[in-house]
Amino acid sequence: MGYLLFQVTLLAYILSTGGYMVYFWTQRNDIRTTARGVLIAGGLLHTAYIVVRFFEAGHTPLTNHHEAVSFFAWSVTWGYLSFHWRYNVRNFGSFVSPLITILMLIATFSSREIIPLPPALKSAWLPVHASIAIMANGFLGLAFCGGVMYLLQERELKKKRFGLFYTRLPSLEALDNLNNHCLAVGFPLLTLGIITGSIWAKQAWGAYWQWDPKETWSLITWFLYAALLHQRFTVGWRGRRAAIMTIVGFSAAMFTLWGVTYLLEGLHSYVG
Amino acid sequence: MSAEKIMILGVNHKTAPVDIRERLAFSNDPGTPYREIAVIPGCEEFSFLSTCNRVEVLFVSSTPQETERKVRDFLFNKSMSYDEAGKYVYLHQGEAAIQHLFRVGASLDSMIVGEPQILGQLKQAYRDATEQNCTGMILNRLMHKAFSVAKRIRTETEIGSSAVSISYAAVELAKKIFGNLKNKRAMLVGAGEMAELAAQHLMNQGIAEVIVANRTFERAVNLARCFNGKAVSLEELIPQLEQVDIMISSTGSPDIILHSSDVKPLMRQRRNRPLFLIDIAVPRDLDPKLNDLANVYLYGIDDLNNVVDINKAERDKEAVRAERIVTEETLKFMLWLGSMEVTPTIVAIREKADAIRKAELERTLSGMGHLSDKEKQAIEKMTAAMMNKILHHPIVYLKQDDSLKDKKEKLVLIRKFFNLDPDNS
Repeated sequence: MGYLLFQVTLLAYILSTGGYMVYFWTQRNDIRTTARGVLIAGGLLHTAYIVVRFFEAGHTPLTNHHEAVSFFAWSVTWGYLSFHWRYNVRNFGSFVSPLITILMLIATFSSREIIPLPPALKSAWLPVHASIAIMANGFLGLAFCGGVMYLLQERELKKKRFGLFYTRLPSLEALDNLNNHCLAVGFPLLTLGIITGSIWAKQAWGAYWQWDPKETWSLITWFLYAALLHQRFTVGWRGRRAAIMTIVGFSAAMFTLWGVTYLLEGLHSYVG
Repeated sequence: MSAEKIMILGVNHKTAPVDIRERLAFSNDPGTPYREIAVIPGCEEFSFLSTCNRVEVLFVSSTPQETERKVRDFLFNKSMSYDEAGKYVYLHQGEAAIQHLFRVGASLDSMIVGEPQILGQLKQAYRDATEQNCTGMILNRLMHKAFSVAKRIRTETEIGSSAVSISYAAVELAKKIFGNLKNKRAMLVGAGEMAELAAQHLMNQGIAEVIVANRTFERAVNLARCFNGKAVSLEELIPQLEQVDIMISSTGSPDIILHSSDVKPLMRQRRNRPLFLIDIAVPRDLDPKLNDLANVYLYGIDDLNNVVDINKAERDKEAVRAERIVTEETLKFMLWLGSMEVTPTIVAIREKADAIRKAELERTLSGMGHLSDKEKQAIEKMTAAMMNKILHHPIVYLKQDDSLKDKKEKLVLIRKFFNLDPDNS
């Protein structure tokens, strides 16, 4: 039952991505409406999948790699849809939906086996810490998409060669604002994720901070975004530099998620 | 009515430089033209249109040539001889005048083809003229027709939406950089047709303020008035740039007036808000290295031309369609003018009544097959007699010899009465 839901969700995301790609090319509004409808359906199915998985596993389904990445994709989807409600950024969906699909494909190819919860993880902090940390990634992922769009649009405007993106992408200011809004949500979540993780670590391992690779890298990520926001508020860093920083920051966040797990050993390594 | 009675005399951005146009605008006392033109002999109806780019008098006169001479003398305030003024004016009569008015209203004769402001200005001019009792039957219909032609062109063609000129391209780029232009400021440095045009276009997009900087301060003040903006001297250029988001430069300076090193420290004070620089001067005013600064976008005349070329074919196609609509509507108006005489009106009334009579007769007779031909003829004769008797007095009333003005009013009344011009708005 759970797996079937997952597969249908994946299918919906793939179809929606295809729709957004066709929309990007043709700019036909009916196609966009359809793609968005399919994305919303995917998001709802995905929510159902997570709920079902919760009952199948008997604990918050955020303990293995498959679950973490799937929840990551879920955060991007709902983060995007929630922004969509308030800001209409043209063709944003064409950049976000592929990210969702890629994450879902990664989740597909990771083991879905439900492993019994290690004693260290049995705590009310599990759902709190893990969901906040991953949702932070979701919003940082949206900022990343905005940053990529900014760089593409800025490049065409600076070089004065108007290709595929000039007419399709929104104005630089709109993209810069989008970036700002995503970070305004993503950064507090990231901070909260680190704080809750630290409190939980005190409970589980007896120390707030142990410099394990995941902790170190999340701190590096945090400093990158903090530096960006600090510069934005003090000297008005924006535009290209801010866009590059969001991309660098997101790369660091992704390294925290995967690089640390596969390349470095640490206390977190049994988690995705 | 003869179309030759209708005339348009005017100057616009193509025929006269701005200092001539300024002199004809009567900006200190807008009431002057209405008082002065109304007393010109022969002038039956007129309206006066004055914008930044054109001054036009549209009039209907029984002696058009003489009236035109007097109107021209008034416009130029005798500062120029009639022939000398002729170098700057255009004069259209009859069909050409109607066509010209339609083109003006539809913004086909504007500096920026398709800009929407002109229609509002034309409507205001008409409103002013009616308030001063300067319009009559002909102009009322002609002006309303001009408004509906403009509306038709706006809805049926894309003339207002495609990039129509370099200035439009500049605005399009500004929108891609800033999104909304509502809280942005623009600065014009130097004056020139293209710079003014771009500024006007930015105004149409609702830009917050236009600042004009010029070597001669007086010129800056005059131009700033056109845009409800403020004037500054050229020395204030760099400090002003701290507040400005878009700068359009078109000075005649042989040297570069703004260097990359001037702007670099400014960007910090601007908190890196984007700066869009447009250089339409030849030789260049702005340092090409400016484009390398972060958040500074420098576009030269050639760059803008490239943007325009992308849209040019599309624009030409739309202009052709718009011109076709103008021609078509001009013809329709000429037909209406032709019918505004006693004889064609009588013919039209008779035709209308006769058509009704025949239709009703046929309907009645088709249900009465038992009648003999003789009886049918009698009924037909009776209906014809009834029609003639009913129409007798209106036609006699129409034919009565009256003053010219009364005759026109009578024509309007009767035509309305019998609904002879169903599209009459």
